[in-house]
Amino acid sequence: MSDKEIDETTGVETTGHSWDDIRELNNPLPRWWLIVWYISIVWAIGYWVVMPSWPGISGYLKGTRNHSERANVEVAVAELDAQRADATRRLLTAPNMQAIENDPDLQAFALAAGESLFGDNCATCHGAGGQGFKGYPNLNDDDWLWGGKLEDIRQTIRYGIRSDHAEAHLSLMQAYGAGGLLPRETVDDLVHYVRSLSGQEHDEAAAMRAAPVFQVQCVQCHGAEGKGDQSQGAPNLTDPIWLYGGDAMTIRETLWNGRGGVMPTWEGRLSEEEILALAVYVHSLGGGE
Amino acid sequence: MSVTDPAPSSELSGGVVRHEVEAVNAAGTRTLYKAREPIYPKRVKGAFRNLKWIIMALTLGVYYITPWIRWPRGPGEPDQAVLADFAGRRFYFFFIEIWPDQLYFLTGVLIIAALSLFLATALFGRIWCGYSCPQTVWTDLYVWVERKIEGDRNARMKLAKAPWTADKIRKRVSKHVIWILIGMATGGAWILYFHDAPSLARDFFRGDAPFTSYFFFALLTLTTYIFAGSMREQVCTYMCPWPRIQAALTDEETLEVTYKVDRGEPRGAHKKGDTWDGRGDCVSCRACVISCPMGIDIRDGAQLECINCALCIDACDDIMKKVGRPTGLIAYDTDANIARRQAGEKPTVKLLRPRTILYGSVLAFVCALMIYGLSTQATMVVNVLRDRTPPFILMSDGSIRNAYTVKIVNRENYTRDLKITVEGPDGMVVGAVGEKAEGATVTLDAPGDTVRSVRIFATMPPGAAHGASIPVIVRVLDPDTGEEVLNPTVFMAGRE
Repeated sequence: MSDKEIDETTGVETTGHSWDDIRELNNPLPRWWLIVWYISIVWAIGYWVVMPSWPGISGYLKGTRNHSERANVEVAVAELDAQRADATRRLLTAPNMQAIENDPDLQAFALAAGESLFGDNCATCHGAGGQGFKGYPNLNDDDWLWGGKLEDIRQTIRYGIRSDHAEAHLSLMQAYGAGGLLPRETVDDLVHYVRSLSGQEHDEAAAMRAAPVFQVQCVQCHGAEGKGDQSQGAPNLTDPIWLYGGDAMTIRETLWNGRGGVMPTWEGRLSEEEILALAVYVHSLGGGE
Repeated sequence: MSVTDPAPSSELSGGVVRHEVEAVNAAGTRTLYKAREPIYPKRVKGAFRNLKWIIMALTLGVYYITPWIRWPRGPGEPDQAVLADFAGRRFYFFFIEIWPDQLYFLTGVLIIAALSLFLATALFGRIWCGYSCPQTVWTDLYVWVERKIEGDRNARMKLAKAPWTADKIRKRVSKHVIWILIGMATGGAWILYFHDAPSLARDFFRGDAPFTSYFFFALLTLTTYIFAGSMREQVCTYMCPWPRIQAALTDEETLEVTYKVDRGEPRGAHKKGDTWDGRGDCVSCRACVISCPMGIDIRDGAQLECINCALCIDACDDIMKKVGRPTGLIAYDTDANIARRQAGEKPTVKLLRPRTILYGSVLAFVCALMIYGLSTQATMVVNVLRDRTPPFILMSDGSIRNAYTVKIVNRENYTRDLKITVEGPDGMVVGAVGEKAEGATVTLDAPGDTVRSVRIFATMPPGAAHGASIPVIVRVLDPDTGEEVLNPTVFMAGRE
C-alpha cells in the first residue's frame, strides 16, 4: 500500500479497508490513552523488580519485596489459630462433652467449627444436611447404629467403622446366603420374619418357619426381639428406619450378601478439637441421645 | 475575548464603568469543544450576595460540626449523633437507628431529596445549584480566598499575565496552600462521619487510622482542590447531569434569574443628561457579565450554564441605582411575565401549577410514608428457614420431625425472653437443643442488639400427619411487650 488514501471530508488518511464502501479512518490513538499505555509499560517494569515475576529453571525471580501469597496465607492461618487458641483450649479441657453443650459460648464455637468441618469432610457421604443416603446413615434421626450419645459419636468419628484403625468398630453382617451359612429357602423365609418384626406385610407361614432360625443365627447381634445392639452396631429391626432399605428385595440382598459399610478413621486427619466440634455438631442435628 | 478591561469612560451617567468584554461562555461564541478559559468573577454586594454568605456559613458549619455532636444512646452503642458505622452495620441519625435490612429508609431519603429538588426547581429554577450545592459553596469559598490574596477581577487578570516575580510566587503559593488546607479540612470532616469522631481524629494524627480513612481523606482533599480550585464552572457544565435534567422540570412560569428583555432593550450606553425615552434601561455596562461565576451573559436568555446564583441581580441593581432607574432589570422572573408585559398585561407569579401541585403532593405522600415507617418500625424481625436437607425426618418410633432455623433480630439493646410457638395440627411437639420447651412452645432469650439464630424441631406423632405439606405458623412472642411476629411456613409430612 504505497499510496495513501485520504478521506475527502475529514482529510484524514484511511486504513484502506472498505466494508460496503464504508472506510475506516486511520486516526491516531487518543493522547491520554497513549500516555496511560506508556505509564503501564513503565509500571510493568517496576513491577518485575518489586514483585515475583519471571520463572526460572529452579525457582523464580522473587522481587525486592520478597512477596509470597503462600507465606501470607500461613501467617493468616497462624493468626486465626491464635485467635481461636482460647476457645480451642477450653474445648480440649472441658471436663466432659456435656459441659461443652452447656456452655453457650463454647457450644456456639463448636457448632460453627463443626458445621464447616462437616461440609468439608462428612457431607460427601452423609449429605449436606446429614440426611444420609442408602448405606450412609441419616444423622438427623434418633436411630443410631453405634450409639448417639456425644461420647459415642466422638468415638465413631475418631476411629471410624470397619476402618483400618485398630480401635475401629469391626463387627459386620455375615453373608448368610453367598457364604453358604444357610440354604436358599431359609434365607427366603427369614426375609418374611424380619419384615414381621417391623410390622410390614409378610407371609405368616414363612415367618413362622424362620423364627427358630432367627433365634439361633441372629439373636447374638440383633437380640431376641430384633431390637439390635449398639455395642455391635447391629440395627434395630423393629423400627421404620432402614439403612439399606426395608423392602423384601433389599432385605434378601442384605441376608444373602451380608453388609459391612465402611466409615474411615478421622484420627490423624482431623485434630482432637476438630473431632470434638464435629461430634457436638452432629449431636445437635436433632437426633442425639 | 479581551482579558484586560479598557479604561472606563467617565462620561456615562452615574459614574457607571462600562466594560468592553464579551462573556467567556457567551451564547454566540460558544463551541462544544474548547479549552477552559479562566473566569475572573468580580466581587458584588447586595441582598443575594449576603444570602449566599449566610447559606455558605450554615452549610459549611453543618458539614464540619455535625460529626462532633454527641447523642448518648446507652451502653454498647455509639454516642455520635450522625454515624454511618460500616463495621457495626448500623446507621445512626440522632434518635433514628437503621439496620442493614432497613436500607429502604435510605431509598426513601433519596426519593425525598429528589422530589424536593424537583419541587424547588419547578418553583424557583436551579436554586439548589446557585446556593447550596457543595460545588457552588466550595467554589465560592475558594474564590473568596483567591480575592483576599490576589485582589479583585482586574488585579487577578493582571497577575495572571504578569511575569513570575517573587510577589506573584508568594501570592500563588499562599493561595494554593490555603486551598489545599480547606480541601484537607473537607476530606478530614468527611471521614469523621464513618467512625467515632474524637477517637478517629486522635488515631488519624497518630497514623493508626484505617486505610480507608486516609484514602477518602486524600480523595476528598484532591477533588475539593481540583473541583473548586481549577475546574469550577466546568464541573457544572460538563460533569453534572442536573443542568440537562432541569429543562424537563422548569416551565414558562418558573421563577428564574431573568434579564427583562422587554424593559432592557434596546440597550446602549447612556450619557449624563440623555433622555431615557425610546430606549431600554440596559446601559451595556456588562456588570452582570463580569460578576458571573459561570462566565455567561444573562442577557442571552435562559442558558444551560446558568446556576441561578443571582449575583448578576446584585450587580445590575447596583448600576440601576447609580443611573437612577428602578432596580430589578435582572430579577427572579418568568418567561411568561416577559410575554405578559410585552402584551400590556400585568405580570403575575403562579406558584400553584399542576406541575408544582403534583411534585408537592408526591413529596408530602413520601414524607408521610417515611414518618409512618420510622414511627412504627418493628423492634423484632424474625426469619424462618425450613431445613431442606432432609425435608423431613422419620424417627424410630414412626413420628415425623421437621427442623426450622429461626433467626431473630432483636433491635432493642436489652435481652428479651421470647416464646416461639409452632401453630399447627393437634399433637405437634416443639423443641430446641438446650432450650426449655413445653408442648408446641419453646422459651429462649434473645440478647440485645444482635441476631439470635436457633434451630427448632417440630414433631408430629406416628400416623398423625401424612402425605402432605401442612401449613403452620411460627409465632414469636415477647410476653413483656406483647410484640409478636408471625411467620407462615409448612410442615412436610412425607413423600407420598
